[in-house]
Amino acid sequence: MKKKFKIEVDCANCAAKMEEAVRKIDGVKDVSVSFMTQKMAVEADETRFDEIMQMARKACKKVEPDCEIYL
Amino acid sequence: MTAKQKKTLLRIIISAALLIVLRFVPVDGYLKLGLYLLPYALIGYDVLIRAVKGIISGQVFDENFLMAIATVGAMALESYSEGVEVMLFYQIGELFQSYAVGRSRRSISALMDIRPDFANVERDGDLVSVDPDEVSVGDVIIIRPGERVPLDGTVIDGESSLNTAALTGESLPRSVKAGDEVVSGSVNVSGLLKVRVSRIFEESTVSRILELVENSSLKKAKAENFITRFAHYYTPAVCLMALALAVLPPLFVGGFRQWLMRALSFLVISCPCALVISIPLTFFGGIGGASRSGILVKGGNYLEAMSEARTIVFDKTGTLTEGVFAVRQIQTAPGVDAEDLVVRAALCESYSNHPISQSLRARAEGHRLDVNRVTDVEELAGCGITARLDGQPMAVGNARLMKLLQIDVPTAQAQGTIIYVARGGKYEGMIVISDAVKATSRPALDALRKQGVKTVMLTGDSRTAAAQVADQLGIEETHAELLPQDKVDRLEDMLRNKQGAVCFVGDGINDAPVLSRADIGIAMGGVGSDAAIEAADIVLMDDDPRKISLAMRISHRCLRIVHENIAFALTVKAVCLVLGALGITGMQMAIFADVGVMILAVLNATRALTSMR
Repeated sequence: MKKKFKIEVDCANCAAKMEEAVRKIDGVKDVSVSFMTQKMAVEADETRFDEIMQMARKACKKVEPDCEIYL
Repeated sequence: MTAKQKKTLLRIIISAALLIVLRFVPVDGYLKLGLYLLPYALIGYDVLIRAVKGIISGQVFDENFLMAIATVGAMALESYSEGVEVMLFYQIGELFQSYAVGRSRRSISALMDIRPDFANVERDGDLVSVDPDEVSVGDVIIIRPGERVPLDGTVIDGESSLNTAALTGESLPRSVKAGDEVVSGSVNVSGLLKVRVSRIFEESTVSRILELVENSSLKKAKAENFITRFAHYYTPAVCLMALALAVLPPLFVGGFRQWLMRALSFLVISCPCALVISIPLTFFGGIGGASRSGILVKGGNYLEAMSEARTIVFDKTGTLTEGVFAVRQIQTAPGVDAEDLVVRAALCESYSNHPISQSLRARAEGHRLDVNRVTDVEELAGCGITARLDGQPMAVGNARLMKLLQIDVPTAQAQGTIIYVARGGKYEGMIVISDAVKATSRPALDALRKQGVKTVMLTGDSRTAAAQVADQLGIEETHAELLPQDKVDRLEDMLRNKQGAVCFVGDGINDAPVLSRADIGIAMGGVGSDAAIEAADIVLMDDDPRKISLAMRISHRCLRIVHENIAFALTVKAVCLVLGALGITGMQMAIFADVGVMILAVLNATRALTSMR
C-alpha cells in the first residue's frame, strides 16, 4: 500500500536524511520525500501500516528534531 | 516572508549592529568575551540548541553540529568577531534559502492555480454554490462568464468560448456549444453555460492534473539521488580532513592554535547545502515551467531522461496526422457540378458506417440527403458500393470497382484514398479523401532533427499511406501495416539496439502498451483521456507535436543548470579548502564563499522556473 503524507521540514538535506531514516524501517518497501512540495510517499506492508508510520515519525524526529509528519 | 523568516531577519539585523558597535568598544579579556557572547547567543541560539539535540540522538555530522563546533572553537580561540560573523553569515544564507524556496514554491502553485473553488448546482430549481467535491455525476451545473469550469461534463445549453491556457498553454480560446465536452480547469470567457457533469471532482481532469504535478517531485532524477548520496560521504570526509589538519601538522611544525583555526574553517565549508537544495529546486522549477507550457512531466527522472532521447518513435494517425478523414479534393468530368457529385456519392454511401462514408456525409452536410432516393444498395467489400439513385445505376468506389464494372476513368495521382463516382455507367468525377498531416508536424520534426534526434514512424496503416506521410515529413524510418502487438515488438527491437533513450509518442488510443514500454512515453491530447495519463510519463495537454522539442529543450536547460551548480559549488569548495589549509583565507572567507555559492546556486536554479517558448 502506498500513502502520501504532508510533512514539514526546513532544509533539503534534512529531507534526504528523513528519507534515509524511514527507508531503514522494517516493512517499508519504498519511500520518497519531496522537500519542494513538503510531501512524503511511503509504500509499506498494509497490515502494519499504522505501526510503521508511527515508527517512521519517531525515526524522523530523531534525525531532525524540527520536522513533522502529519499522519 | 513568514513570521519565522521575519524573526530571523530581525535577529540578523540586531546582531550585525551589535557586532559593528563592539568593534569600537575598547575592552579586553573576559569582559570582551561576555560582550561578544550577546550577539553570538542572539544569532546562534537555535543552531546551538539543535546541535545539542543532535548529539543526544547521535547525529554527529549534522550542519548545526558543524556550525556549533566551528564557532564555539573560534570563540575559545579568542577570535570572537570571527565566531559571530560566521554564525551571522550562516543565518543569512539559511534565511535566503528558505525565502527563495518559499517563493518558487508559491510561484509554481500559482502556475498550477487551476483548482476550482466552487460549483453552481441547480437543486430544486434553485442555484446553490457548493464545493465541487459535493457534485455528483448527472448533476447540472451553471458556469457563468469568468468562472472556472469545476468539473468535466457536457454542455446542454448555451454557447461560449473557453480559455484553456492554464491547461494546455494554448492561448487561443476554444468555442463550445451544446453537445460539446468541457474540461475542468478551463475558464469560461463569454457566455453562460449549462453543463451536465460527467465525472466526479476526484476523477475530473483538474484533479488528475494537480495530483500528477504534485507527485512529480517524489519521482527523483538520478542527479538528485547522486547528490544526496554524495552529501552522505562529503561531510564526514571534510570533517576527517579537518581533524587531520588540526592534529598532524602541529606534530611536525608546531603552532597548534593556528592549525586548529584552519581546521575549524574546514568545518564551515563541509556543509553540502548549496548542492542539496539547488538540484531539487531546479527540477521542481523545470517541471513547473513545463506544465505552464502544457507539458506535464510525471517526475524529475523523466525530465532528466528527455535530454538523453536520441530516437523518437511516432505513431502516425492522430499523432502526426489530424486523425480525421475528410474530403480534400474533388475533380469532376465536364458538365458535372462538384456539389451534386458529393451529394450523390454521400447518398449512395448513406447506409455505410465506414470512415470514408462518414467523411462524405460530413462534406455533404447542409444538403438534404433523402435516403428514400436510394435503392438496391450493394456493398462490394474492398471495392465500394453500387446502388440505384432515382432509379439510375450508380457506382461509388475505388479503381478496382471501376475496372470491375468496365468504366473508363482517368488515372489520378493524389494523396489519400481516391473515390470514383460513376452514374449510368459513365465516369462523373473523383473525390479524394485523406487524413491530413498536422500543420505543426513538419516544424516539430525539423526541430527534433536539428536537436540530433532520429525520427521513426510506426503505423497500422498501409505502406503507401505511411510512405506519403513519411515523405512529407522527412521521417527516416517507417514501419507500416503493424498490429498493436507488432508495434511493441518493433519498439523492443529499438530498445535493444538503442543509443540514448527511446521515446514513443502516441495519442493514447490503443498504444498504451507501447507508451509504457518505451523509456519515455509521451501521450498527446491528454486532456480528458484517462488511459493516456495513466500509461505515459509525459503528457502533452494539447496535440501539438512541437511540444516534444520544447520538452527536450526544457530538459536540456534543467540539466545544464544542475551541472553548472554541481561544478561551480564543488570548485569553489575545493578552492576554499586548499586556501584554508594553507592559511591564505580565514574562516570569514570560508563562510562567505559557502553562503555566496549557495545564493548563486539557488538563483541559478530558479532560472528553470521561467517558461520557454
